[in-house]
Amino acid sequence: MNVKTVGCLFFRSLCPCYTYVPLPLRSPCRGHRQNTSQPPQHDRRAQRCGFSPAASSKYDWIGPPDRFSNLRPIIYHIPENETPLERKLRHLRQETEDWNHKFWTNQNITFRRKRTLSSEEMAVFYKHFLDKNVKRHASYNREWYRRNFTITLLMAEVALHRTWRMLTGQGRRTSREKGKST
Amino acid sequence: MFKTPCSRLTGVWKYIPRDGLVGVSVQPKLIANAFRCHLSARSLIQLCRKNQAEWITFQHLCFLKRQYVKSSNDLCQRARPKQERVTSVLAEQDDLVDGQVQQIPAVKPESSTVVAPCDPQDIQNEPEAARAARLEARQWKELRVEYSDLPGIYARLSKLKLTALVVTTAAAGFAMAPVAFDPVTFMMASVGTGLSSCTANSINQYFEVPFDSNMNRTKNRPLVRGQISPLHAVSFALACGIPGLTLLTLGVNPLTGFLGALTIFLYTCCYTPLKRLSITNTWVGAVVGAIPPVMGWTAATGSLDPGALLLGGFLFSWQFPHFNALSWNLREDYSRGGYRMMSVTHPALCKRVALRHSVGLIGLSALGPALDVTTWTFPLVSLPINLYISYLAFRFYRHGDRQNARKLFFCSLWHLPMLLLLALTCKKRRVTQDEAAVAPSMASLAL
Repeated sequence: MNVKTVGCLFFRSLCPCYTYVPLPLRSPCRGHRQNTSQPPQHDRRAQRCGFSPAASSKYDWIGPPDRFSNLRPIIYHIPENETPLERKLRHLRQETEDWNHKFWTNQNITFRRKRTLSSEEMAVFYKHFLDKNVKRHASYNREWYRRNFTITLLMAEVALHRTWRMLTGQGRRTSREKGKST
Repeated sequence: MFKTPCSRLTGVWKYIPRDGLVGVSVQPKLIANAFRCHLSARSLIQLCRKNQAEWITFQHLCFLKRQYVKSSNDLCQRARPKQERVTSVLAEQDDLVDGQVQQIPAVKPESSTVVAPCDPQDIQNEPEAARAARLEARQWKELRVEYSDLPGIYARLSKLKLTALVVTTAAAGFAMAPVAFDPVTFMMASVGTGLSSCTANSINQYFEVPFDSNMNRTKNRPLVRGQISPLHAVSFALACGIPGLTLLTLGVNPLTGFLGALTIFLYTCCYTPLKRLSITNTWVGAVVGAIPPVMGWTAATGSLDPGALLLGGFLFSWQFPHFNALSWNLREDYSRGGYRMMSVTHPALCKRVALRHSVGLIGLSALGPALDVTTWTFPLVSLPINLYISYLAFRFYRHGDRQNARKLFFCSLWHLPMLLLLALTCKKRRVTQDEAAVAPSMASLAL
């Protein structure tokens, strides 16, 4: 237990309340489930970092900006009847969030190291910083645009599926009720 | 033997330091159960001693808790009277505590009580940690769209103030056109331009979420804060863009519709990505800013005249002192965000271009009468404000400091509306066909 606490505190100090497990790029999604019968793995992880949404909440939760990456972490809600498409979307969003977090943490830490120069020297530093990172920034941009598009398209697909399910589900329910009453 | 009913150990453990030995006061229920079992404490002790392996960790825990109790003044250190008899017996041996806990069956310590931090420092810091956790929990927001918030969110998503300025420049272009003023066309052109601008701004914010998060100026935008989802933002953009462009194409004329579509394309697909790749983004952005007055003109006349291009030229040249001065004071933010702006990568060019275009405004104003857009008074009345902005641009060029950059930026904010207003007041009155026919005949009569 001590080792786990220490490990958790270590990771918390690096990326507080954001990555409470070691960060592989394809990390399993964090999320919160509504029903308590499921093993609450994600809840336990969220609790370790000091926040977990109420069990009755059906929505995602967004947190304050991370102190390194300035990006806001999201805890995704995992609905009971999550379809494979929804799971794919959640995984992609989670992965993109982690990837973004990693990039910007690195960027900001590198940037902040040179805080203490005068304004002329800072101007030189800014230019140097940008020139040195052209390729890296360009590849990040390309990847970010690609991920952003894919996520948005998946979201549109999920929204359409949900609407369709709601419409057909309602139709099926009413016909079932009619069958019962007769 | 130990299967007593309700032998759960619940509640708070209290520890009594007495001559260095630990006594324990437990819930009355448990003690009552123990007595009911008719087992003496001594036999308990004997039975417990067998299980040595288990009591070592628990003993360690108790030792630490003892230390904590000693060092902390807040904890109650008095046993309840009823329990003292038990503790006086049990206190003879340290391992009594462990034994009792381990041997009584179905004793399941609640996770909130026994699974306490072992480290005494952790215990002392816990109130602070709990406070920090509480404060942090308050900052977490549910990602639920409140319908009452939507107008505000849309206003920020579409950068409503900037859109209003864009519509104003389009309206000025419309008003400067040498044709009769048609209010219906004017309204449709204004609304269409406004909607196109909303679309362009929304898509721009949709693309730039992680960059906006890292800049102070933009970190409170709706998508950054998660107030709406990316899909919602794109849907809003489409909901503005499709009616806007349709209105411009069908309600005004196809040329204006084309220019509107071109503006959206240049802003979202050229300017926004270029911001991170090359300083040419500023020139592309200046073209984007120059198109709305041209759109206003073409909405009125239906054709791309030199006058339209002149008005576009005013906006194009104006962009440089405006934007270069603004970006000068945001160099750190732009650099951290990875934006390639002249102010960061080519500071000398930045100042030179701002000066060049401020002076160029004087030249463009002189073109007004040459192209029959304005009367000859226009270059004269606009000279003072043009000279003033050129003077500020010159100071910015010479000194290149934050103060002068700020002065130049704020000057540009009032300079443009003033210039357009003056142009409007000096607009060349158009000569109608009847008037043109009458004038030569009157001249011949006079002769």
